[in-house]
Amino acid sequence: MFVLVVGGGKVGYYLAKELLDSGHEVALMEKDPERARQIADEIGSIVIAHDGCEGKYLGEAGSNRADVVAAVTGDDEDNLVICQMAKHHFDVPRTIARVNNPKNETLFRHLGVDELISPTRMILGSIEQDIPVHELLHLAALGEGELELIEAHLQPGSPAIGRAPRDLEIPEGCSLFAVIRDGVASPLRPDTVLREGDKVIAIGKQECEDLLHGQLIGDPEATAAG
Amino acid sequence: MKIVIVGCGRVGASAAELWSKAGHEVIVLDISTRAFERLPSGFGGTAVRGDGTDEDVLRRAGAEGADIFLALTEGDNRNVMAAQLAVEAFGVPRVIAKINDPVRAAAYAELGIATLCRTGLMVDAVNAHLGFPSSGLAGMLDASGHHPGGDHHSPSTSQQSDAPSGAGPVPAAPGASMEA
Repeated sequence: MFVLVVGGGKVGYYLAKELLDSGHEVALMEKDPERARQIADEIGSIVIAHDGCEGKYLGEAGSNRADVVAAVTGDDEDNLVICQMAKHHFDVPRTIARVNNPKNETLFRHLGVDELISPTRMILGSIEQDIPVHELLHLAALGEGELELIEAHLQPGSPAIGRAPRDLEIPEGCSLFAVIRDGVASPLRPDTVLREGDKVIAIGKQECEDLLHGQLIGDPEATAAG
Repeated sequence: MKIVIVGCGRVGASAAELWSKAGHEVIVLDISTRAFERLPSGFGGTAVRGDGTDEDVLRRAGAEGADIFLALTEGDNRNVMAAQLAVEAFGVPRVIAKINDPVRAAAYAELGIATLCRTGLMVDAVNAHLGFPSSGLAGMLDASGHHPGGDHHSPSTSQQSDAPSGAGPVPAAPGASMEA
């Protein structure tokens, strides 16, 4: 395959290197002549020291016979233009853009970029995976710290949805006393049927927490896997 | 009419002043507040500091409901992106992007954005002055093609030149005074 990589930063450099190692034909465009020379010294004469956004140079780099154009500069607008020019002006079958601002993803996709890689989004996703979203939220410690004020946000999978407190096994020493629904707080009665999205406010001993979790949030193993 | 101008350089500031005086509602954006020094002291429009390629910034600046959108920053690609946002996110009917690379200018006209290419305009202003034939480089180009994203179609913003390529220059009054 002939891959045209535009942007000789860290991403472009390692991408070109890996592609060469796997036996592909590669051309790398980098507009900064000094950086271009530095890369050429290391990986050979596949580097074109020109701006890949400039139509003339994109053509000269052989984009009309490229199988893939990967736009990996640090500037979203440049990556968009490189991909659009490649796609619409040089008929490149596959264009890939690095997107730094996740907000640009929709626009880029809409404008015909074939594939979007968003490092920001990927790191964000990875961080969010590590944050347990299905947890009891500790609002405050009460008394001598033995009691805790807890909020449970009822999300799909919660065994409490469709049931009332009197049907739940509330651990001893623990009290569910209020529910926040659509931003309105009301007292939680034994027969109030709980709904998805409700936030249940409880006070209880620390030891009750696991049981409470099982009743209001659900099985920790099952939810964490999702 | 409501006119949004991204980039308060010489052209942007001059157009903003002119159109504001003519009674249009003008909003001009620039990433640098210093650029607004080019506006006259009694400027009747709105000057907003912010990035014109950011949808949220444009919305906050009031781009919604604009009749005309001009992207006139120093970056061709920033102009392309701002112009496409104007079409896609705000449905602005008349959008013009300044693109100094003639190849990109012609390509984006085919993609549905009217483009303004200083290179072509100036070369052909000089050609006209010297009595030489025109270059055929992109000048002020109408949106000739269909935008990939929406059902945008741009009414004519300038007369199409008689060059068959559609890339003919229009070195007339508006072009000649564009940039110093």
